[in-house]
Amino acid sequence: MEHLPFFPERASSIAAEVDDLYFSWLGLSGLVLAAVAVVIVVFAVKYRAGSQADRGIPDRAAHERATHWIEIAWMAIPLAIFLAMYVWAAAVYLKHATVPADALPIYVVGKQWMWHVRHPGGRREIDELHVPVGRPVELVMTSQDVIHSFSLPAFRVKQDVLPGRYTTLWFEATRAGEYRLFCTQYCGTAHSRMIGRVVAMEPAAFARWLSGGNQAGTMAARGAARFRQLGCGGCHGPNAAVHAPRLEGLFGKPVPLRGGGTVIADEGYIRDAILLPGKDVRAGYEPTMPTFRGQIGEEDLLDIVEYLKSIGSNAPEEMR
Amino acid sequence: MKTSYLTAGFGLWSWLATRDHKRIAILYTISITLLFFIGGAAVALIRLDLLTPHSELVSIETYNKLFSMHGVIMVWFFLIPSIPATLGNFLVPMMIGARDLAFPRLNLLSWYLYLLGALFAIGALLAGGVDTGWTFYTPFSTMFSNTHVFAVVAGVFVAGFSSILTGLNFIVTIHEMRAPGLTWFRLPLFVWSMYATSLILVLATPVLAMTLFLIAVERLFGIGVFDPALGGGPLLFQHLFWFYSHPAVYIMIVPAMGVASEIIGCFARNGIFGYRFMAYAMLAIAGFGFLVWGHHMFVSGQSAYAGTVFSLLTFLVSVPSAVKVFNWAATLYKGRISFDAPMLYALGFIGLFTVGGLTGLFLASLGLDVHLHDTYFVVAHFHYIMVGGAVMAFFGGIHFWWPKVTGRLYPDAWARFAALLSFFGFNLTFFPQFIVGYLGMPRRYPEYPPEFQVWNVLSSAGASVLAVGYALPLFYLFWSLRYGPPAPDNPWRAKGLEWQTPSPPPPENFLATPVVAAEPYAYADEDSRSG
Ligand code: HEC
Ligand SMILES: [Cu+2]
Ligand SMILES: [Cu+2]
Repeated sequence: MEHLPFFPERASSIAAEVDDLYFSWLGLSGLVLAAVAVVIVVFAVKYRAGSQADRGIPDRAAHERATHWIEIAWMAIPLAIFLAMYVWAAAVYLKHATVPADALPIYVVGKQWMWHVRHPGGRREIDELHVPVGRPVELVMTSQDVIHSFSLPAFRVKQDVLPGRYTTLWFEATRAGEYRLFCTQYCGTAHSRMIGRVVAMEPAAFARWLSGGNQAGTMAARGAARFRQLGCGGCHGPNAAVHAPRLEGLFGKPVPLRGGGTVIADEGYIRDAILLPGKDVRAGYEPTMPTFRGQIGEEDLLDIVEYLKSIGSNAPEEMR
Repeated sequence: MKTSYLTAGFGLWSWLATRDHKRIAILYTISITLLFFIGGAAVALIRLDLLTPHSELVSIETYNKLFSMHGVIMVWFFLIPSIPATLGNFLVPMMIGARDLAFPRLNLLSWYLYLLGALFAIGALLAGGVDTGWTFYTPFSTMFSNTHVFAVVAGVFVAGFSSILTGLNFIVTIHEMRAPGLTWFRLPLFVWSMYATSLILVLATPVLAMTLFLIAVERLFGIGVFDPALGGGPLLFQHLFWFYSHPAVYIMIVPAMGVASEIIGCFARNGIFGYRFMAYAMLAIAGFGFLVWGHHMFVSGQSAYAGTVFSLLTFLVSVPSAVKVFNWAATLYKGRISFDAPMLYALGFIGLFTVGGLTGLFLASLGLDVHLHDTYFVVAHFHYIMVGGAVMAFFGGIHFWWPKVTGRLYPDAWARFAALLSFFGFNLTFFPQFIVGYLGMPRRYPEYPPEFQVWNVLSSAGASVLAVGYALPLFYLFWSLRYGPPAPDNPWRAKGLEWQTPSPPPPENFLATPVVAAEPYAYADEDSRSG
């Protein structure tokens, strides 16, 4: 309690933009509040019961006209300010929602009451997240049980983490250091203990950190093993008897659907293809893929996703 | 002495079986006051616990149950019924010159339903409580919580029907039972506010009932509705819940706007500036309030484009609210203002409602909400609206109509002191929460990092002042029932029809049906005539 903290640290590329919005609203609302307060106090004093202030309205018609314009003005001016602020804030939000293509993926699984973090290279951590400074990071997140929320106040970002779905969150750390991580969606008894820290490191230090610790093989390698074990290759492999799409080069590409339309094959698409195969069926194929619901844990599923990503974008087109 | 509604019958039964809207209002007042102090006791423990970062007073389980009970009771068993069921019940017929509400029996039934719902909730509390928060987010509430979710959900479900019946009753009454000459644009704004609120009660509450029912279905029978593990939709619950619960905010604040308008007109002795706009604005708020629920879900995983639409609509609904504040301020212009207790409460209402509304704009701003969502900033914001705004106005209304309801005067100096104390205590409690919220402190945390402590200590200090401010009226108002001087029929020289009948009113409200020939709030005309 030595000092009075008024303002959180600022350690991400988007933080300053969020703070600009905050300060703008502070200024605007401070002005409005002061104006309302001054008007009320001035009137309260001037027109207190028994004061001698002039209360006559000499020209009724002029008064009515003035009133009319005043009403229009104080409807139009707030509206204009609101719209301007709306556009600005929405722009920041959409930027927030659009993950840069070169973002470094990291996987997060929330469960009552801890955060499991997995780096594609194989390093894992619990209630901690190591990230490099100066490079966008994309968190692909899901929950094993209830809804949680991944919140990093120093980065001004937050995203709910849902069971049965992937949500993503991206940021770019700008300053090396340690920052707080909170779960901000109430998730039961130890919600307030579902906390941790983010460690932002210089790229070289981060690379060293990534290769340290106990390594359990890359996620893609584990995913490949799972892929074989579950017999996915029997249908999706090169010599499959079944008519099933090849999965090399799938990730990140648009997929034409049987019912018309296309979707981008992102993490969520792959997840649904495996757990809810009937949901989106690829054009030109029969919905014969069995569901793997209940047979694959969230972490294994992420391994498979990472495996399909690894054989994804750089695979030659003719392999498909 | 003439018979008043208070002396028209004696004994407990004459109350419990009454069909007089005025007596039912009293029954409601007693019951919600009780619930208010239970909800208040829960938060007293919360604020004490938050004095230190380590939750030394209660276990984290207990803390979770405390904030859940606080929310459930305060929202559903206090704020939602507060002004409509008490002042509304008493005043709607009186203000329109009617003998009673359209359906007196239904009115009594709605009180019993409320009571039954409250018993479920209190029963659950005694049996060990519930730990879902008042928001019952799934799948936590359906598949994970081991507490008395069903009992509480059932209580809220039952109480919801009381809301629906009250709303229905008001709508029919206001349409059908206005005194001769009382056209729509001669209605006091309080009646308009009750009308707008009733529309929300009738249209939104069934959605809540359905949602709660689905919670019970999933929880009891494991039928997948919300839990993805059972094939449900993880965000479906939030959409349904906020579809009710955002309009519910207007169930709480629109009545407060009505009360404030009555008080400000009377004590400024002036017509309400922009009367028609004020009436339309309440209807607009009630209507458009149904289209903004998604602003509670900007980080929930709902599509970013849905977010942009909900944000825009949210800004649009805030325009009428902003204009209302300006209109109240303008009502003071060239008035003859006096500062009795009800007026102090009403002015306090304007101040706190303004802060609540302005901070709502922060939260409506998409990019900024990402940082603020689910932090104490949100907690502070909605308390400024629902407690600063609604409760301040409710207390103002109680003080304003107390002489009419009870036939007694209370000591005004004490009441003014209580009003000032509440205002000061309120700000000390909740202002620090904006700051700690921007720092990132999440809500529903019994334990928190040490750097947040100073703001929590300030907030708890404020809460103790606020508690005194809220408890004081209990004493002097009770005192006045016995020792207060008898009230004249119209102690404030106010204009509404309710003031043109004895205090307390006779059972049939008016000795002769009043005929209305003038606009409401004709204060300025009268004063200029009398000099
Ligand atoms: C019985 C054969 C069969 C098995 C076993 C099978 N799949 Fe499939 N899979 C299909 C068929 C057929 C399709 C195309 C129809 C559709 O989109 O549902 C498909 C589609 C997919 C898609 C979408 C591909 C696209 O281009 O849209 C993915 C991803 C996928 N499977 C992954 C897997 C994984 C991972 C496994 C193992 C866990 C697996 N599949 C096991 C038959 C199979
Ligand atoms: Cu949590
Ligand atoms: Cu809302």
